[in-house]
Amino acid sequence: MKPINQKAWFLVLPVFICVAFSAILPLMTVVNYSVQDIISPERRVFVGTEWFAAVMRDEELHGALLRQLGFSLAVLLVEIPLGICLALSMPAQGWKASAVLVIVALSLLIPWNVVGTIWQIYGRADIGLLGAALQALGVDYNYTGDATDAWLTVLVMDVWHWTPLVALLCFAGLRSIPDAYYQAARIDGASKFAVFRYIQLPKMRGVLMIAVLLRFMDSFMIYTEPFVLTGGGPGNATTFLSQYLTQKAVGQFDLGPAAAFSLIYFLIILLLCFILYNWMQSLGTQDKNEVAHG
Amino acid sequence: MDERRFRKRTIFLIAYLLFALLPIYWMVNMSFKTNEEILSSFSLWPQHFSLASYKTIFTDPSWYSGYINSLIYVAINSVISITVALPAAYAFSRYSFLGDKHVFFWLLTNRMTPPAVFLLPFFQLYTTLGLMDTHIAVALAHLLFNVPLAVWILEGFMSGIPREIDETAYIDGYSFPRFFLTVFLPLIKAGVGVAAFFCFMFSWVELLLARTLTSVDAKPIVATMTRTVSASGMDWSTLAAAGTLTIVPGAIVIWFVRHYIAKGFAMGRV
Repeated sequence: MKPINQKAWFLVLPVFICVAFSAILPLMTVVNYSVQDIISPERRVFVGTEWFAAVMRDEELHGALLRQLGFSLAVLLVEIPLGICLALSMPAQGWKASAVLVIVALSLLIPWNVVGTIWQIYGRADIGLLGAALQALGVDYNYTGDATDAWLTVLVMDVWHWTPLVALLCFAGLRSIPDAYYQAARIDGASKFAVFRYIQLPKMRGVLMIAVLLRFMDSFMIYTEPFVLTGGGPGNATTFLSQYLTQKAVGQFDLGPAAAFSLIYFLIILLLCFILYNWMQSLGTQDKNEVAHG
Repeated sequence: MDERRFRKRTIFLIAYLLFALLPIYWMVNMSFKTNEEILSSFSLWPQHFSLASYKTIFTDPSWYSGYINSLIYVAINSVISITVALPAAYAFSRYSFLGDKHVFFWLLTNRMTPPAVFLLPFFQLYTTLGLMDTHIAVALAHLLFNVPLAVWILEGFMSGIPREIDETAYIDGYSFPRFFLTVFLPLIKAGVGVAAFFCFMFSWVELLLARTLTSVDAKPIVATMTRTVSASGMDWSTLAAAGTLTIVPGAIVIWFVRHYIAKGFAMGRV
């Protein structure tokens, strides 16, 4: 167990101040908005939990939430395994390692509105490489007209955009495994899979946890890319939660309901992340016990 | 057997790199075309090679100052994030203290807030402080999501280092700062490299906060780019050129931190 040392708080204090400065005041402001009807900056009426009740009953919101859950789940199921595989197959040394590292990271560095814009052209059958290639293969592909195509395009775009985050984290995690572990495994005659399962995976647990949580919460708040690419359509096939929220907050400029909405939104993400976090924690401890006993 | 596995890996890697590079190639391709050519015909490379978009960006101060502004606040932000996160991550990975688990998780919850509605409170806060339209304002606002990220990443790497190393160093008479800087930090190079890159990246591409908190003097490139969308239609070519140029600083950053990321664990230095 870790030793108890209350003085460690001094090490955490700078972080606490930095984050609290920009987190707590804005959060309080939003809570304040969420219980008022703001007619103009001078005229406000206290309405209690009315907005919360209204948001919870909103049918469109339920639809957007379901779409959002499906999308985030798909993102995790594709990006996490793909990222791990990519990290495992990236060369470890030499100029190849550097080159691959840089190429893999490129997609992360493009501003999100540009990502959407590029894919908007890239996916078009008449002037875009992806669209034209699919058309040439005989696939009837049209992301502006077909709901499935639009959804898949957003997913592939997200995979293209964010798998590198998982891969880079895993790659760095893999690189920090001491050689001694691999040598021991070689002496034991462990198979490749055993090395992955009992050495690499447990050692990557820390970074994988971050990768899963980050990808989950960021995909849950995805906004710019689908907004630029499909504008939420066709119909509302790619209208995810944050886009619906922004329509409310900016489009109708209804601060009270929008604030209530974003608090509920925040609580949903918080709850799901908390479940994911604890689940992965417990997987980790199980693992440790297994290794200790077996 | 090993040979075949090796080949499979290489094929997978090459396939992924192609998948990663093609959209970027398309963007670069678009940046050398004129708008008419982008919209009228399909071609794998520019038929009428044009540097007009790049010329616009490099000669118009409102364009290139965007890159400078972004670089300034991103640099301030990354340095502060890593500096404050290092000791905190050490505390979280080595000690238990009152509320440690709660604070640790609370940090991450700050990344879970949908930004759209928080814009107005941020605007009010920074106007009150008189920091509007300064690089510091954006750098401070971005701490909200970068510090938690840096703490989490660094904590993950620090927890992988056995605690015996700390104890041996203390027995050898190292003071805490000296141990931390000369022994511990080199061991978690990979983590510092990744954390620094991610801080850079998230701050670099963030649009909403950066746009809200600046108007002229500190206007970032991501906000300048939204100019290419206007009533008369999209200026695809300039947007593609600007997008291509936004990759460059980040690619340089990762080129510099690549050794830290790839070097890994150097045991036996203690």
